[in-house]
Amino acid sequence: MSFWIYQLLVGLSFGMLLFISSAGLALIYGVMRILNLAHGAFYAIAAWLAIQVAGYSGSLWLAAVCGIAATVFIGILIERYLLRRIAGDELPQALMTFGLMLILGDFALWAWGGTPQTLARPDWLTGPVRVAGVAFPAYRLFVIAVGVLVGALLWYLQARTRVGAMVRAVADDVETARSLGINVSLLSSGAFATGTALAALGGIVGGPIVGVHVGTELEVLLLSFVVVIIGGLGSLPGAFVGAIIVGLVDTLGKALVPDFALFTLFAPMALILAVRPTGLFGREP
Amino acid sequence: MIDGNDAAADGARSKPGMRLLLILLLALATVPLAADSYVQGVAARMMIFALFASSLNLILGYAGLASLGHAAYFGMGAYAVAKLSLAGVSNLWWQLGVACAATSALAAVFGLLVLRAKGAYLLMITLALAQVVWGIAYGWRAFTGADDGLPGIHRPEGILLWDLSGDVGFYYFVFAVFAAMIWAIRRLVDSPFGRVLVGIRENERRMGALGYHVWSYQYVACILAGLIAGVAGALLAWQNGFVGPSYLSVNYSATALIMVILGGAGTVLGPVIGAFLIVALESIVSGMTERWVMVLGAIYVLVTLFAPDGLAGVLRRRARATP
Repeated sequence: MSFWIYQLLVGLSFGMLLFISSAGLALIYGVMRILNLAHGAFYAIAAWLAIQVAGYSGSLWLAAVCGIAATVFIGILIERYLLRRIAGDELPQALMTFGLMLILGDFALWAWGGTPQTLARPDWLTGPVRVAGVAFPAYRLFVIAVGVLVGALLWYLQARTRVGAMVRAVADDVETARSLGINVSLLSSGAFATGTALAALGGIVGGPIVGVHVGTELEVLLLSFVVVIIGGLGSLPGAFVGAIIVGLVDTLGKALVPDFALFTLFAPMALILAVRPTGLFGREP
Repeated sequence: MIDGNDAAADGARSKPGMRLLLILLLALATVPLAADSYVQGVAARMMIFALFASSLNLILGYAGLASLGHAAYFGMGAYAVAKLSLAGVSNLWWQLGVACAATSALAAVFGLLVLRAKGAYLLMITLALAQVVWGIAYGWRAFTGADDGLPGIHRPEGILLWDLSGDVGFYYFVFAVFAAMIWAIRRLVDSPFGRVLVGIRENERRMGALGYHVWSYQYVACILAGLIAGVAGALLAWQNGFVGPSYLSVNYSATALIMVILGGAGTVLGPVIGAFLIVALESIVSGMTERWVMVLGAIYVLVTLFAPDGLAGVLRRRARATP
């Protein structure tokens, strides 16, 4: 019994990390219709930067703030000066962001080398906590809490605020939204910056448990893809549910059939593709 | 995305395009006489990737279906000949036949799953399916050697007196397959089948209303593209004597895409030129710096910014500007 509770909690915490990492991908696609293949690179760059700053200053808060701020700055530059020039064309956008992923990934290899690294965890989260009679790392509970908090915040922003209503309007019909006086350009930039910030937050929250290494950018991108394919492209509730499914399936798969962990990860996705190509919460494109 | 009628007309059928293709073939035929074995190896690699890019161009350029998972077929062909070679099957036709059968079967299954999707969904679904194949190759150590791959692949027995084990003999084999395949692709896109594909790319609904069974045309194009990619993969496996999961990776899929876009999608010559340029650049830049990946990334950004319809598009615009 305790084995199952432990695995369930590990799966949930991994799922929440996946949600934080993939929510930005869903948001950017939902608002801008851009398939951002550099999403995982933002995750990795934030993690590398945070490890660097933490090494210099010893302050995890400073590391987190610097990592997120610098990554968002890179994201804004990319959106303003590169993606904006090729608006409205899905394949060139995908290829450009793939190229950016290559550049950022190779830059990380050049700047920080090939050794995998992890971020230190805060002192107050180092010990285990007893949950339902099972000793469980406090940091993983913290990840679950952050994931739920981010999900609640995004839901509140989207469903209950004026900005959220505008975001939904743009996602539904750009032309009508524009004719109603909504500043689509500003909103798109804001969505891209928020999406980048979420990827960066994922890199920092995930830093102490999965760390960062050569190829992290691609791994995070692919996991995020599985999440949003299952949940439905551009849907935040979809990303939340998809992330929990993927987190649980991946963790249980690794615990029960370790040799076929990759297969158990991609199998539910193939199943959903065959039954419902737009994902659980997606709409017809 | 693609400027329909012009793209097709400027492609293989135009005289300058044909002339350029013939000059290229002549130059390639003389490579073993003039160059050392390193350059010869690069030239063979150029032709192999040109074939891979051309197969993707069939569905991207002519059928208008963008795939980010084309490496699945490339790697499937490579693994098929690798397994046969390591099992002691040295007959060329057996190896090639099994590779073709395996890749077209894979394409037939994937085609059923992906043809329901459009746009970004299509990109993600093709990528995801290719990752399933990659995941199997990466995880199944007993069969695929996992991340170590399968080394020690021998080139197959020759045909009659044509010996494929030597470098020159193998080079001319690659050359012959490349020339034959490009010729076949040219015939295919000029055939009624190819014209219908272009029609579907330009206006799917209208072609449906005209009575064409749109899905079947796209499905057949997917299978043909998979098959040709499999042949290219088999050639690379023989050339390198090694197969690894990287053959199935998204990097290979994306590289094929950028080769097609760089040269010009929807033209026969474009993907060939794009592949030649990128493979040549790779071998030059890799000799000078370790940062080839960064350069490749910059190529993606520059091409999508300044030549979204490729070199063919740039030439077309220039031709229009100076009447």
